[in-house]
Amino acid sequence: MTPLQGCLLVSALLFAIGLAGAVTRRNAILALVGIELMLNAANLNFIAFWRFGPHPEALSGLMVVIFSIAIAAAEAAVGLALIIAIYRHYKTANLDEIRNLKG
Amino acid sequence: MSLTFILIAAVTLLAAAAAMSLRNLVHCALSLVVALAGLAAIYLNLGAQFVGFAQILVYVGAVAILIVFAILLTRSGETPNQAVVAPGWLAGLLVSAAVFTTLGWAVLHSTSLPLEAPPAPEATVKNIGDTLMTRYVLPLEVIGLLLTAALIGAVIIAMREEKPETRIRSGGSKMEKPTTPSSILHPPFSSGGHR
Repeated sequence: MTPLQGCLLVSALLFAIGLAGAVTRRNAILALVGIELMLNAANLNFIAFWRFGPHPEALSGLMVVIFSIAIAAAEAAVGLALIIAIYRHYKTANLDEIRNLKG
Repeated sequence: MSLTFILIAAVTLLAAAAAMSLRNLVHCALSLVVALAGLAAIYLNLGAQFVGFAQILVYVGAVAILIVFAILLTRSGETPNQAVVAPGWLAGLLVSAAVFTTLGWAVLHSTSLPLEAPPAPEATVKNIGDTLMTRYVLPLEVIGLLLTAALIGAVIIAMREEKPETRIRSGGSKMEKPTTPSSILHPPFSSGGHR
């Protein structure tokens, strides 16, 4: 197994773990954590292809990862603010109990 | 595949699995910190120093703190009594296992992946800065605008919205019933008379 395949397998497993958590957990914060893990798995893929692919001197993979980290930070801030607003309204962060759109 | 990579990857994956499966949310957040630090170590191992340190600064430093604050503010720090997984958790696990099987099969059987590793590329901070300021200057500005808009929006969403009548200065009436905090999820004028 080449190092690139090792990186890609680790990334795939990380993505699967994040997907399982985002789908199965009931707490909204844990679902957001799962989404963060999936984003990080994609970042690992970009870094691996930058390191082992052709033309690494163009720095394309690195740039995508830097922008992706910035977008993930913005996403986490907005997502957690939404969770806090929803908790203030419904008094719960359990995703199964948040059923109606118009409170 | 060096031994260090295998060790770091094992720690990262174990911490990620713990972050998704532990019952107490505070333990989940701490495991997430370990997983993100392990990912930063993988980046450093692959030769991407700047991204590794940015990962530590942004994720371990900022996002983990945000998640801990959200756990604190939603009062979900104690271990819940009922089940922590949704009723259809078996289907979710099956779907993610199918996703991993497909991805792993594609990775192991692909013929277009390069076989030998090229020499380590040169990615100093000076190179990254030059590239950011020349070729990627427009995405950089857009990212700055996006971050500003997202942070202002997050503050506005999470801000406690006061009802207009509570703005009246209460002149020492301590017995006044505290108004229930309302969020912006309320419709602005919910008279309820018209259906």
